[in-house]
Amino acid sequence: MAKTTTKPMAIATVADPMLTYTFKINRVIKDTMDTFSMELTPLNGEFTFKPGQFNMLYVYGVGEVPISISGDSAQSHRLVHTTREVGTVTRAMRRLKAGDTIGVRGPYGTHWPIEKYEGNDIVLITGGIGLAPLRPVIYHVLANRDKYGKFVLLYGARTPEDILYAKDLEKLRSRFDLDILITVDRATGAWRGNVGVVTQLVGHAPFDPMHCTAMICGPEIMMRFSIMELQKRGVADDSMYVSMERNMKCGIGLCGHCQLGGHFVCKDGPVYRYDEIRDIFSKREM
Amino acid sequence: MDYIDPHLLQSDQLKNLFVLLKKKGYDIIGPTVRDRAVVLDSLADPEDLPVGYRDRHAPGMYRLENVNDDTCFSYVVGLESWKKYLYPAYQKLLTVQRTKTAFTVEPVENKPKKFAALGMRPCELKALAIQDTVFTGGEIKDTGYMNRRHDVFIVAVNCTTPGSNCFCTSMKTGPKADAGYDLALTEVKDGNEHYFVTETGSPAGADIVTALKLKQAGDDAIKLAQKKLFEASASMESKLDTVELKAALEKNFDNPDWETIASRCLACGNCTMVCPTCFCTTMQDDTALDGSSAGRLRLWDSCHNIEFSYIHGGSIRNSGMSRYRQWVMHKLAYWVDQFGTFGCVGCGRCITWCPVGIDITATARQITGPKTS
Repeated sequence: MAKTTTKPMAIATVADPMLTYTFKINRVIKDTMDTFSMELTPLNGEFTFKPGQFNMLYVYGVGEVPISISGDSAQSHRLVHTTREVGTVTRAMRRLKAGDTIGVRGPYGTHWPIEKYEGNDIVLITGGIGLAPLRPVIYHVLANRDKYGKFVLLYGARTPEDILYAKDLEKLRSRFDLDILITVDRATGAWRGNVGVVTQLVGHAPFDPMHCTAMICGPEIMMRFSIMELQKRGVADDSMYVSMERNMKCGIGLCGHCQLGGHFVCKDGPVYRYDEIRDIFSKREM
Repeated sequence: MDYIDPHLLQSDQLKNLFVLLKKKGYDIIGPTVRDRAVVLDSLADPEDLPVGYRDRHAPGMYRLENVNDDTCFSYVVGLESWKKYLYPAYQKLLTVQRTKTAFTVEPVENKPKKFAALGMRPCELKALAIQDTVFTGGEIKDTGYMNRRHDVFIVAVNCTTPGSNCFCTSMKTGPKADAGYDLALTEVKDGNEHYFVTETGSPAGADIVTALKLKQAGDDAIKLAQKKLFEASASMESKLDTVELKAALEKNFDNPDWETIASRCLACGNCTMVCPTCFCTTMQDDTALDGSSAGRLRLWDSCHNIEFSYIHGGSIRNSGMSRYRQWVMHKLAYWVDQFGTFGCVGCGRCITWCPVGIDITATARQITGPKTS
């Protein structure tokens, strides 16, 4: 019997995946008190991605963070990221201006499989900055409006001032082919809208539970209660998608930080069909 | 434990092997004694090997003793594993230069000198195969690892003297190497005779055997080597029952005994540093004082660190218990989902080098409870 012999490992023929690429910042938009959007010009003029994917953004000398892509996936000549200022890197990122350079590598991770659900009602449930990773879905559905059934956006913000993309949402509210329900935790000023958690909106939102696809993005507790409300209306677990958040240092499944049980959230996620992670979704400290 | 086409390397021919490997351009890296421990380092000649040394292992205990014989590989394993050469603890990834309005990014050249790994244990060989899968088995590959790994010439040395923390027979990784080496030696000391039964695992290994003009090993030598390995297997007291282990651990995710065991854990991260398969890393950014350049470093990290799972608002695994559980679950359960094997090769390092002597085999037994047959 011939013995298996050892083959030497091949030499790498591709660039180091940790190499970041320099993109120029075109425009910085202040969205809310602590949230801002950057419009970037891709290095080679083009950057393609799918809704829900993320990039690792590098700020010179400070570090790298995973940030979801919040622009239109049909527009490959500009890349948009919306970031909330929560830590060292995002704080430094906020100080960047038009004309500055930022490091980008990606896109990474799984996407909202919106293309698979043509004909269905599409229900987006989101809170706070969670709207950013879902915005590419909004662009996609609106651009292909006749291919989908009812389109519902349920959105919760802390206060009226914290509503992300407020002007865009106002414009969208004037359309008759989608329903936008917004709620705030605390009403301030002249707010006459809903007050309370976003999960309360699920119960009477106009969609067909038997023929819908729900995409949920927000804090885990908010996602958990959204799922419960959807289940109450009879939405099946395999008709719901969630986007998970974990610490990520590499984005390519090599650093180990994003592990959730047997998953690397950076490459097996961040977008999961709920039934795929149902058993571990609510495990504390997993 | 079959030997196919084995040859004999007499102990006094070991120096010829050194000379030949060096002539072929290999830096020879292997075990040597330093600071009362067996460590891995560059070797000049066979005298640098831990000749005459034995190590005693117990949970939280390591002692190196000189027993004054002339065997070279009677020690078990030191605290270091080969990962430090293939996936360095500190690795510069990028150099970033600031220009007036922007910055430019340059990869750090990774042209390591090719080396021969002498004395790699069968469990370490399996650990290497596991890390190959981790770093190069997926769609996106670690190019630095690939390039460092490319030229490694492996001289494995089978284990005839397992330590009391070893459980390679349970993990099916030893005491005899079955694949992945260029040459594999079994050291035999029998009266005045001292030789290595040598197997070849690659064309490069066969070239060495030919160049050294090694003689075919006779039946007696092979039988002696086999006997030693059988004895090594039989003497291994530490065991881990891997049958249905993954499912049993997953079922016991919420077992209160995790808390009991982890109450002793100091979260020091020693187990992850000495583990030959642990691969987690973090990033560090450094900047020149004048801000003109910056670098990105990749450092070994440990899931025992509280900031390991930090996202804005707090760490996912806040309690020491959850971090200890994560480590064990990763090794013995999640790894199977991720890479198709256990993340443990049974080398026993995490037991030896745990300052409080927590034993992963005991943990698995306690958590999964008595098996009903």
